[in-house]
Amino acid sequence: MTVSTRPQPGPAREYHFPKFDRRQLANGLTVLVAPTHSLPVVTVLAIVDAGAVAEPAGQEGVAELTARSLNEGTPKYDGETLTDYLEQLGTSVGGAANWDSASLAMTVLRDNLDNAFAHFAEVLVVPTFPVAAIERLKGERIAELMQIESEPRELADEKFDEYIYDPTSRFRLPLGGTTDTVNQLTHDEVKAFHASRYQPSATTLIVVGDVDVETVERMIAGTLAAWSGAAAPVVHANDKPVRTSRAVRIVRKDDAPQSEVRIGHVGVSRTHPDYFSITVMNAVMGGLFSSRINLNLREAHGYTYGASSAFDWRREAGPFVVGTAVASDVTVPAIQETLREIDRMRTEPISESELSLATSYLKGVFPIRYETTAAIAAALATLTIYDLPGDWYDSYRARMSAVTVNDVLEAACKHVHPESLQIVIVGDANAIREPLEALAFGPVDVVSP
Amino acid sequence: MDTLYITKKPMTVMRIPIETFRLENGLSVTLSEDHTAPIVAVNLWYHVGSANERPGRTGFAHLFEHMLFQGSEHVGANEHFELVQRAGGTLNGSTWLDRTNYFETVPSNQLAIALWLEADRMGALLPAMTQQKLDTQRDVVSNERRWSVDNQPYGTWWEKLPALTYPDPHPFHHSLIGSFEDLNAASLEDIAHFFATYYTPDNAVLTIAGDFDAREAHQLVESYFAAIPRGNGKPPLPDMSLPTTFGGTLRETVEDDVSLPRLYLGFRSPAFGSRGYYAASVAGAILGMRKGSRLQRSLVREREVATDATAFTFDLPKGADILVVDVTARPGITPERLEHEVVMEIERMRLGGVTQGEVDRAIALIGTDFMASMQQASERADQLSRFATYFGDPSLINEQMTRYQAVTAEQVSQFAATHLGEDNRAFLMYIPCDDEDKTAPGYAVATDAAPVVA
Repeated sequence: MTVSTRPQPGPAREYHFPKFDRRQLANGLTVLVAPTHSLPVVTVLAIVDAGAVAEPAGQEGVAELTARSLNEGTPKYDGETLTDYLEQLGTSVGGAANWDSASLAMTVLRDNLDNAFAHFAEVLVVPTFPVAAIERLKGERIAELMQIESEPRELADEKFDEYIYDPTSRFRLPLGGTTDTVNQLTHDEVKAFHASRYQPSATTLIVVGDVDVETVERMIAGTLAAWSGAAAPVVHANDKPVRTSRAVRIVRKDDAPQSEVRIGHVGVSRTHPDYFSITVMNAVMGGLFSSRINLNLREAHGYTYGASSAFDWRREAGPFVVGTAVASDVTVPAIQETLREIDRMRTEPISESELSLATSYLKGVFPIRYETTAAIAAALATLTIYDLPGDWYDSYRARMSAVTVNDVLEAACKHVHPESLQIVIVGDANAIREPLEALAFGPVDVVSP
Repeated sequence: MDTLYITKKPMTVMRIPIETFRLENGLSVTLSEDHTAPIVAVNLWYHVGSANERPGRTGFAHLFEHMLFQGSEHVGANEHFELVQRAGGTLNGSTWLDRTNYFETVPSNQLAIALWLEADRMGALLPAMTQQKLDTQRDVVSNERRWSVDNQPYGTWWEKLPALTYPDPHPFHHSLIGSFEDLNAASLEDIAHFFATYYTPDNAVLTIAGDFDAREAHQLVESYFAAIPRGNGKPPLPDMSLPTTFGGTLRETVEDDVSLPRLYLGFRSPAFGSRGYYAASVAGAILGMRKGSRLQRSLVREREVATDATAFTFDLPKGADILVVDVTARPGITPERLEHEVVMEIERMRLGGVTQGEVDRAIALIGTDFMASMQQASERADQLSRFATYFGDPSLINEQMTRYQAVTAEQVSQFAATHLGEDNRAFLMYIPCDDEDKTAPGYAVATDAAPVVA
C-alpha cells in the first residue's frame, strides 16, 4: 500500500543570491540595494559600527540603551507621535545592538516606503534621547535582568560567558550591561555614544525588496546624503579566556527539575579562514538534529529534549558551546556522553556519509534561508559587519562543497580543546554537586545567581 | 510638537494562486505555485489534537507526533530527519489543541522524497513501532515538559489558562503536553489505535507551495498516497459550543519561581474565522500590538507600571476562542496594582470604545505582517493547510485581509462592550514565591494602588 522505492532527486534548478548594488556616498555612507519583486514589501536596515565592544569602560550597556532609545523622539516629533505615525503606515522602526554593530530596521509595504523612510532617517541621525525615555528604558533593562535570574536557559548562557572570559574582556558581561552598569548610565553618555559612533562613514544602509536603485537614490538624496561627521575608530574586543584548564561551576537553583548545562570554551573569530571547515565540523558534532550529540543524548539515551553545539560568531572570538537540559540524576552521564562525542571529533575522521549529510544540508538550505526581504537584508548586514567580499554568497556553496573529511578533522583538532573545556550548570546543587566532584573533571564551585 | 497626518492609500491586494483536488481515499490536496526561488514546501495537517485524547491519556497526541519521526515501513528510526536534511531541507512537526502538522521545505528537485516520506508514515507507520522507541520518546517528551513548562518561569500558563477558561470536560480543558502519569501509561496499543483512527487520508490535508510543476506534483501525490486506504471515521468530539461569555470572573493565582508578577487576562471570544473573530482580533491588536497599542502606551510608556504588554488570540475555530492580554509588572509594582491598572485600560475600552484611527493602525500592522510572512513558502503552505483543515476551503487565505479591512470601529467597540466585562474575565496571575535566599523585589515594595475606575 506504500511505495517501497525511494525517489531520487531530479536536476537542481539554479539559484543565485539576489544581486545587489553597492555604492559609497561622498559622506562615507555605504548603500546596498537588493531589488526583489515577488511581493510589495521592503526592508530597510541600517548597520552602524556601534556595538557593545565599542563601549567606553564602565559604560557597559550604553550601546543597547542608545539603540533602543533611537525611536524615542526627533527634533520634529516626540516618540509617541512617531510611533503612532509609523504604525499607521503599518510599520515600526526598531533599534537593537549586538556585539559588533547596532541596527535600525523596518519592514514596510512599498506604497508606504517614502513616508516611513523620512522618519527612519531622522531617527537614525538626529534622535533627541529624552531623559524620561532613557530612564524608563534603563528600568526596563533592569527588569529584564531580574527576569533572567529566574530563567534557567538565559541565565546559563550569561553565566557561561562570565565564567570563561578574561576579567577585562567585554564579552564577560552581558551585551545589555549589568544592573550596576545600567543604573549608572546617563543621558549624556547615551548622547556622546551616539555622537561618536553613529556617523555616515560607520554606517551601511541596506534596502531589500520591491524597490529599484533609483528610488533609493531619491530617498536618500534629501536625507542621509546630507549627513556629515567623522566616526570614532573601530574597536577590537579582548577575547582572551580567563583560564586554560578545566573547571566546573554550578549556579544554584534549588529543586530545579532540570540542569541547564553549558560545555565549551572561547571559540574562533568569524573572519577566521577555517570558517567553512569549522561550520561543517560543528554540524556533524552538534549543529543538526541528526548530529552526533543530539542523536546520542536525545535519541539513544532519552536524556533530553535536545542538545546542540554552536560557535557564536563575532568579529573577535565568541564562545563555542554545547548546550542541553537534562534531569538532575542524569546530569553527569549526559556530560560524559558529550565529552566522549567532543573527543571523538578529534580522534577519528568523520565518515563520508556524515560529511555529505552536513554539506548537502548547508548547501541545500541556503535558498530557504533567504526567502524574505528581512533575511536577505540580514545576510547583507553580515557582509558589512565582518567585511566579507561581495561574492561571499555566490561562492558559499562551492566553498562548502570543497570541505573534506580531513579538513573537518583538522578543524576539530585546531579549534576544539577538550583539555580547556569549561562547564557551567544551572541546577539543583544539592543533587549534582557530589556526582560532579566524583567525575574529577576539574575543580567545582557553587555560586548563587 | 507637530502633528502628523496620514493620507490613506488602499492596501495592495495579493492573491495566492490555488489549485485543489481530492484523492479517492479522501485526501484533500492544495497546490500553490510560485517560482521565485527553487524551493518547495510540503505541509500536512491531520485534523487531530489534544482535544481528541481520551481520559487518562493527556499528552498522547503530542507523544504520537514524536513517534512519527521514529520511522515507518521503509524508513529507519530518525531517518526521516536525516533524509530531509541530506536533501538540503528543513522540517519539523507540531501539535496543537485541535490539529497536528508535519512540514518540510526542500530544494524543488527534492519534492518527491518529501512526499514519499510523508506517504510512508501515513500509510505504514506501525511496522516501525517498538516498545523501546516509545520508551525513549516518552523520556524525550518528559524532558520537553520539564524544559518548556516546569523549569520555565510562567511556563505553566499555557496549560493553566485553557484549564481555567474551558470548563471540564470541554476538549480544550486538559493539558496538551500532558502529565507524567498519563505519558507513562501510553502503550503501543494506544499508538496502533490512534494511528488507525486519526492518521488516515480522509482526516488530513496536504499542501504543496513553491517551485513545482502542477502536473508532476499531481502525479507524485497520486502515486504515493492514492493506495493508502480511507479510514473508518473518527469518533465525534463532544459538543464544543459554549456560551458567549464565562458568565462571571474566573481567577487563579500561582506562586511560582518568577522575578516579577505577570497577569494573563483571558476573555472568551468568537471562534477563529467566524464573523465576530476579526473584530476581536483587531481589539487585541489595539490593546497589545506594538508600542503604539493602548496597553504599551499607557502601562509601559506613560504610567511605567509594566515592562511589557501584549495581546493575542489562540485562533481556535470551534466552540470559542480566547483573547489573552499578557502584562508583566515593573519591579516595585505589586500584583494588585498591576491588576488594577490593566483593568482600568480594559474598562476604558469597554465603556468608551475605540476610534477609527486605532482600527486603521491595527489593520495596517496586521496587513504588513501578513504580507511579509507570505514571502515564505512554508508559511503559505501552513496557512493554506489551516484553512483547508478548518473550513474545507484553502482559498480563504485570500479573503483574510479583506475581512480585516471590513472591520469598523463600531464593531470593535461592540465587541469590547459585550466581551470585556466582569462577566467574561479570567485572571491568571503569577506571583513571585517567597523564597528565603531569593528576595523578590517585585513583591517587596508595596505602592499605593490607583483607584479602579469601573
